[in-house]
Amino acid sequence: MSITTIDTAIEPRILTGSQAIIESIIAEGTDVMFGYPGGQVIPIYDALYDYTDRIHHVLVRHEQAAVHAAEGYARATGRVGVCMVTSGPGATNAVTGLADAMMDSTPVVLISGQVSASLLGTDSFQETNFVGITQAVTKWNIQVKRAEDIPDAISRAFYIARSGRPGPVVVDITKDAQVARTPFKYSRTENIRSYVSRPEVDIRSIEDAVQLINLSRRPMALVGQGVQLAGAEKELLAFLEKSGMPAASTLLGLSSLPSSHPQNVGMLGMHGNYGPNVKNRECDLLVAIGMRFDDRVTGRVEDFGINAKVVHLEIDPSEVNKLIYADVPVIGDIKDTLPMITERISGGKYEEWIDEFRACYDVEYEKIIREETCPTSGAVRMGEVVHKISTAVRDSAIMVTDVGQHQMMAARYFKYYNPRSIITSGGLGTMGYGLPAAIGAKLGMPGKRVCLFVGDGGFQMNIQELCTILQTRVGVKIILLNNGYLGMVRQWQELFFNERYSFTTLVNPDFSLIAAANGIEYARVEKRDDLDAAIERMFFHDDAFIMEVKVDSGENVFPMVPAGAAVTDIMLE
Amino acid sequence: MEKEYIITIFSENKVGLLNQVTTIFTCRNINIESVTASESAISGIHRYTIVVHTDQEKIEKVVKQIEKKVDVLKAYVYTLDQVVQQEIAMYRVRRSASIEHIVRKFNVRVLEVGEDYMVLEKTGHASETRELFENLKPHGLLQFVRSGVVSLPKSDAEREDLHHYLSLHDPQYGNY
Repeated sequence: MSITTIDTAIEPRILTGSQAIIESIIAEGTDVMFGYPGGQVIPIYDALYDYTDRIHHVLVRHEQAAVHAAEGYARATGRVGVCMVTSGPGATNAVTGLADAMMDSTPVVLISGQVSASLLGTDSFQETNFVGITQAVTKWNIQVKRAEDIPDAISRAFYIARSGRPGPVVVDITKDAQVARTPFKYSRTENIRSYVSRPEVDIRSIEDAVQLINLSRRPMALVGQGVQLAGAEKELLAFLEKSGMPAASTLLGLSSLPSSHPQNVGMLGMHGNYGPNVKNRECDLLVAIGMRFDDRVTGRVEDFGINAKVVHLEIDPSEVNKLIYADVPVIGDIKDTLPMITERISGGKYEEWIDEFRACYDVEYEKIIREETCPTSGAVRMGEVVHKISTAVRDSAIMVTDVGQHQMMAARYFKYYNPRSIITSGGLGTMGYGLPAAIGAKLGMPGKRVCLFVGDGGFQMNIQELCTILQTRVGVKIILLNNGYLGMVRQWQELFFNERYSFTTLVNPDFSLIAAANGIEYARVEKRDDLDAAIERMFFHDDAFIMEVKVDSGENVFPMVPAGAAVTDIMLE
Repeated sequence: MEKEYIITIFSENKVGLLNQVTTIFTCRNINIESVTASESAISGIHRYTIVVHTDQEKIEKVVKQIEKKVDVLKAYVYTLDQVVQQEIAMYRVRRSASIEHIVRKFNVRVLEVGEDYMVLEKTGHASETRELFENLKPHGLLQFVRSGVVSLPKSDAEREDLHHYLSLHDPQYGNY
């Protein structure tokens, strides 16, 4: 064990395990947490009753939402999101949230209650083997059976969740450990010998990368969420401005670079921009920065970057050569490696090459974007709603989405000014993520406007969280894009399944009544002319608001790279 | 091309870690031929030896994913020619005169002689213990068990790398 000790008390106080849990998470800087009580966490909740001046506990309505809210909080703030659930069903309900956080590298610590140690393995009431269940969906997990082990377990949990490539961690604590008494002394973990959080940079990899960059004539940077996770937005800007190369982002990487930056050529992937997809074959160098070549980004891997060398800047060695072979892997924290490269490259200008991307954008604008964002007739379009909201909030907002067509529209047409201004479920694609994540984001960044774009399908998947908004008064702006369909599946059915719309039509409730039942202001927009007034009304108050927009039910998201096709086969219609 | 690989893992002694490691093979649908685990030469650090049949590309990705586990210190992969490997097999057979010939021929150790049975031991490669198994079968083989493979690399690289890693990441290293 190798821990640097910062004593929080000279004479160790005697606390219950439950008090030790709360004191430990406070020592880690936690002031907001999300949770749901139950039989095996009653002692922790009892202890929490005395700490309400130091921790704002948000009572959610379902444990899945507790984890998503913690994720939203973490993604908005860059801090560790904290949540707490009971054993058995409470714990299993949280699994989807953990899987989501694992896929999207979101730092979350989940504290779960567990039956007393003497009952473990006996199928006792509300017992599940939660450490076993969550092995595949956590970065690390641990079961604690003795009160004296609680501070060290929580200290390690926070360290592991936030360092290196971040991720979710579960601390499963038996009830007897919660009630036993222990001297309390807290030390923040700074090092775990079996775990390398910040790999040492191999200078040869930097030199090799520099050489490829200097020789390249048609390079493109592929920017991922890793930039924001490393807090390396400034380092990215410096690199791009010296290298002069165009940069495209993954879905989660979008707000790493301002949308308006002249080298920003848009979004990669299945519903990304035309240029960065169709130009893929012409690139002679791809510089991947904190991204993992998800299949939604690469399309058919055999055709991806077929004429390009690949430099891969990545903190997680297991991502290198996983899907796309890297000619030069640069293992390390981007905050370390990017400046080392920037310093050494000779610098360049790629005006003509970037102009080719601009020409692609013009084609895309004429074919798709103009009609999507500024239509003059027909039903309201999702893109125009996103465009109008983005124009209204400018740089003051964090955009949260759920999953589906609206997610792609929101990602495409929202303009990003600041880091951490898009919060969306990328890797797992979890419907129901949006509403709780928006709640978490707003509580983490109360000074920001939090705009949730959500479809009518995903909204109903965690709609119970409107009651959390009612109870906790969270000023989330909910833009419900209602097309009466599970639109993304409907789109695939239309394009690839002979228009057989099997179980994708939704008969929806009256959302105005649901809003009213939860004490949330509501406006319905059915006509284009009513949109501006409704947006103005929505932002007039600080409180939560639901703006339901009836959008075109047959709308499809384009461009589109069909599943299994090369990204250069991107379809514009 | 698929062939046999031997993976050596050095890890903390943590409940459930073996399960975490084997899950990585499960995800990629790789069958584990054998697995052994015990304390290593360094106190507090456990050593796993896993034998699998797969291809070079897959095994390299798997090893990186194993090493990514928070409680794993280091993982190494070897082909058969890079290691010296051994396993042990035990055989319970009926006592009979015909056994003596086999005991001599295969250089078998006799561990115990009961009233009507004998327990024999053979160390060697899987092919050798299997051969003895086949030879004993006609003579009243009652029970048979094989340990998994244990192995040591022929080169110094693993030892030096592990030493280097621990001196970097464990301030207590050297005081054990």
